[in-house]
Amino acid sequence: MKYVDEFRDGQLARRIAAAIHDEVGERHYHFMEFCGGHTHAISRYGVQDLLPPNVHMVHGPGCPVCVLPIGRIDQAIRLALERGAIVCAYGDTLRVPASDGLSLAKAKARGGDIRMVYSAADALAVARAHPEREVVFFAIGFETTTPPTALVILEAQREGLPNFSVLCCHVLTPAAITHILQSPEVREFGTVPLDGFIGPAHVSIVIGTEPYEHFSEEYRKPVVIAGFEPLDVMQAILMLVRQVNEGRAQVENEFTRAVTREGNQRAQGIVSQVFELRAQFEWRGLGTVPYSALQIRERFAAFDAERRFGLTYRPVPDNKACECGAILRGVKRPTDCKIFGTVCTPEHPVGSCMVSSEGACAAHYTYGRFRDIPIVHAGAGVEENVS
Amino acid sequence: MTANLPLSTAPVALDAPAADPTRAYSRPLSIRHGRIDAAHGAGGKAAMQLIEELFLAAFDNEALRQGDDGAVLALPAFDPTQGRLVMATDGHVISPLFFPGGDIGSLAVHGTLNDVAMMGAQPLYLSASFILEEGLALADLQRIVYSMGAAARAAGVPIVTGDTKVVERGKGDGVFISTTGVGVLAPGVHISGRNARAGDAILLSGSIGDHGVAVLSQRAGLQFETTIESDSAALHTLVAAMLAAAPGGVHVLRDPTRGGLATTLNEIARQSGVGMVLQEAAIPVKPQVEAACELLGLDPLYVANEGKLVALVAPEVAERVLQAMRAHPLGRDAACIGQVIADPHHFVQMATRFGGRRVVDWLSGEPLPRIC
Repeated sequence: MKYVDEFRDGQLARRIAAAIHDEVGERHYHFMEFCGGHTHAISRYGVQDLLPPNVHMVHGPGCPVCVLPIGRIDQAIRLALERGAIVCAYGDTLRVPASDGLSLAKAKARGGDIRMVYSAADALAVARAHPEREVVFFAIGFETTTPPTALVILEAQREGLPNFSVLCCHVLTPAAITHILQSPEVREFGTVPLDGFIGPAHVSIVIGTEPYEHFSEEYRKPVVIAGFEPLDVMQAILMLVRQVNEGRAQVENEFTRAVTREGNQRAQGIVSQVFELRAQFEWRGLGTVPYSALQIRERFAAFDAERRFGLTYRPVPDNKACECGAILRGVKRPTDCKIFGTVCTPEHPVGSCMVSSEGACAAHYTYGRFRDIPIVHAGAGVEENVS
Repeated sequence: MTANLPLSTAPVALDAPAADPTRAYSRPLSIRHGRIDAAHGAGGKAAMQLIEELFLAAFDNEALRQGDDGAVLALPAFDPTQGRLVMATDGHVISPLFFPGGDIGSLAVHGTLNDVAMMGAQPLYLSASFILEEGLALADLQRIVYSMGAAARAAGVPIVTGDTKVVERGKGDGVFISTTGVGVLAPGVHISGRNARAGDAILLSGSIGDHGVAVLSQRAGLQFETTIESDSAALHTLVAAMLAAAPGGVHVLRDPTRGGLATTLNEIARQSGVGMVLQEAAIPVKPQVEAACELLGLDPLYVANEGKLVALVAPEVAERVLQAMRAHPLGRDAACIGQVIADPHHFVQMATRFGGRRVVDWLSGEPLPRIC
């Protein structure tokens, strides 16, 4: 496929891998890829296999579906089941387990009118097509999906759509990264053994590289913004290794083909026109993080499902056996969790990290769990037999 | 409401007092403007007319023409001392009913024929049962039924008995079709998902994901332009060619339909108690399918096929079977995509084109796009 295959080239990957091997010293390197998109790329393409054994990738909390707290999904489910609203949601939110053994998908089977949409604009189209029904867009995601939500709210206002509203659960990346390093829980877990971060791809297209500068300076951690293709990830790892070796802690941009220092200012403008900071927001696995999410401004109250339906937020605690908090901070690995792969699987996720294929545990379970078990390794003969 | 009506001409007897029953149908079905209504399921004249003018016309064959409650059939090439019958059934529910490269009708024929063929059998007869939703346009039904008839004729397997029911509007999705196929298995053919052995070569008959992407491209709210057509096809002649090339050497045959190639291989690995190693670079995927999957956040390994098969064959006959596949029009792009290994954990692993390894796991839940 033109313009994508180029970023998945095995030969180029081997060349970067060789450079990483040349560059690394004796020490261990722990890098967190914040985004689920990176986790997905690393797992799907087997990036770990190309890295030296002392370079460790830690999967971060940047999976928008995983960090969505149960209480928020409960709200969306209640809107469909109890208030009769059509709830439009992104595909991978449908399966996230909520209270009472429900999920959006299961609520649909119980008669809730829940529809999968590919974009916020699709939800708006549903509202136009059903003027007699309340239509709620369950808006989740980081800064990447926020501008489209802002746009549909502006558009709904322009059209005077009386039946459309948004259940806003948009969260902010820089706040979450900072929280990983400074939250009170870190003291409980001890030092976070992270030497650097692979910064978000699509999020950074919107917010630019500037918001990470303060973070990298204050916490003395290098950040390399990288694209979501596997070669991007390899290159970013090489850049991080070099920063660590040279004792630097800077924000570097590997994803120059799409990311600038300022980001997409028009998108930022639209977002700040419609949204404002939320004083606090609960993240699944991380707990309550101050100023880490957005809410709809008073001016657009008519389109705010929380105000429109008088919703109150009821937090639901995570399962006690769940180690998601420690895993998301890089203190523990998925296999350190007692319920990983036994009680907690992608079919029956208990903790946030198992919820979407981008979650740290789900990615390891789905793509990498054969590494945990001594296995009859694919012999050299396989390559010869396969034409 | 439903009414039981065999796809036979039995109800004619009810109207027999009329001297010339054909005169009762002086006004033919209005295919252009007509729609299915409750009467078509009530077992009366309307049902009769639907069967004669639509189903019988499309499927016409000796057994069906008899108009009895069941079909009386010959079993050609059947050795009663050693031969065995193979029977398979499949329900077909698909939205949209029509998609590039096929429709629910051709799919209902191919799907069941392939299930029979994957046992190594030669399919002989099909039955078809229709659940029609009140309001279905007769023009659509005709298109579906004719497509079914054409698919059955092309495969050389007649639809010899059937049934129709009508359900109230809103209680069906236009039309549901269940088909059952019967075939005969030659002596000495033992194909089963339990037969994979370490060392077996994994052969795939062509590119994956075509059907799923073709259907998605037409789905409401998601229409996109693509040149991809469904690969829906009857695979029994391909199977016959493969078995002829290496009698006894073909251990497992399966068509990777719902859940895609990944799910099919995991099923076999579990059934046979083995592991597998795939080579990503060897798996054929059309660039358009790859592009559509990329856009929609799907993995072609989990996208449905309706005209592809996977064969696990003994290593010494792999090349011969592969050549036989490539010589058949439905196996032109056949490839060896990996190997069966001994693995108590039954993992399907894959060496990625990128140079790493990963597990190719079961599909969990419905395939859903990722948002990021």
